[in-house]
Amino acid sequence: MKITINGNIRDFDCQSMTAEALVAELKLAGKRFAIERNGEIIPKSLLPKLAINDGDNLEIVGAVGGG
Amino acid sequence: MDKFQLMKDELIVAGKPFHSRLLVGTGKYRDFKETRAAIDKSGAQIVTVAIRRTNIGQNINEPSLLDFLPPKDFTYLPNTAGCYSAGEAIRTLRLARELLDGHNLVKLEVLGDPTTLYPNVVETLKAAEVLVKDGFNVMVYTSDDPIIAKQLEDIGCCAIMPLASLIGSGMGILNPWNLEIIINTISVPVIVDAGVGTASDAAIAMELGCDGVLMNTAIATARDPIMMAGAMKKAIEAGREAFLSGRMAKKLYSGSASSPASGLIK
Repeated sequence: MKITINGNIRDFDCQSMTAEALVAELKLAGKRFAIERNGEIIPKSLLPKLAINDGDNLEIVGAVGGG
Repeated sequence: MDKFQLMKDELIVAGKPFHSRLLVGTGKYRDFKETRAAIDKSGAQIVTVAIRRTNIGQNINEPSLLDFLPPKDFTYLPNTAGCYSAGEAIRTLRLARELLDGHNLVKLEVLGDPTTLYPNVVETLKAAEVLVKDGFNVMVYTSDDPIIAKQLEDIGCCAIMPLASLIGSGMGILNPWNLEIIINTISVPVIVDAGVGTASDAAIAMELGCDGVLMNTAIATARDPIMMAGAMKKAIEAGREAFLSGRMAKKLYSGSASSPASGLIK
């Protein structure tokens, strides 16, 4: 499946995976982040249940220095 | 006001007390170590952060801002810097709330122009309305227009943060009269946000009766940011004490010297 993460298209060798599996794949497990899928926030509690599918558009954000 | 009372002179934002009236940004520093050292020196408890896309796959073990400023030790104030519409700002702060485990104290700023970074107050009002209804405690960056400031308070914002001058300009307080009107008409904390260039600007803001000052560039881009952070801390405290102690009246001349008029040698 192809999904868009932070504006970049990424190809994965599967038809679908849980948001949690994707987070592990991106080596973000244990880090502080927030994810939006197709404009909707995925609450942390839903990461193990929610499926990421072909064509999904994800935004993954963190906190950086700012004024 | 005696020393004991002054120790209890706290800034209350959304029901939470803070002993420091200096709020600082975390951008534009050389590295996170300098960021932390400057913030420690400033004594600030509330620190602003920006919300940005995470670098995927690049230097995954690179230290993050949060490693240097643990959220348990500081009150984070996620901002909406770079947002030019109410929609973008709302979306950004909802992500921030998820990122920071339900933390709902936020800084709303909606900009109107990338060259001047002047705020778009129309979009700011729209976003404030939605965010307050959604349970956020909204500290709002705005122009120094007293009418807009009042409207933002009426919507339910927990702090009104008018500019002293434009973001990053270091021009200081350009319209103390408007700030004074805002201070006189607003009940929630009024915090000058943006435009402070040096310590005297911060002191003047506090002498006018502002409840606090938020700054970033003035500290981060000083030749010695850590020393400037200390200067700002002192300026905020000096300005606050000057405000609380009630300054003398200004008059062109007084004919009243401080030394006795009698007992002069003849």
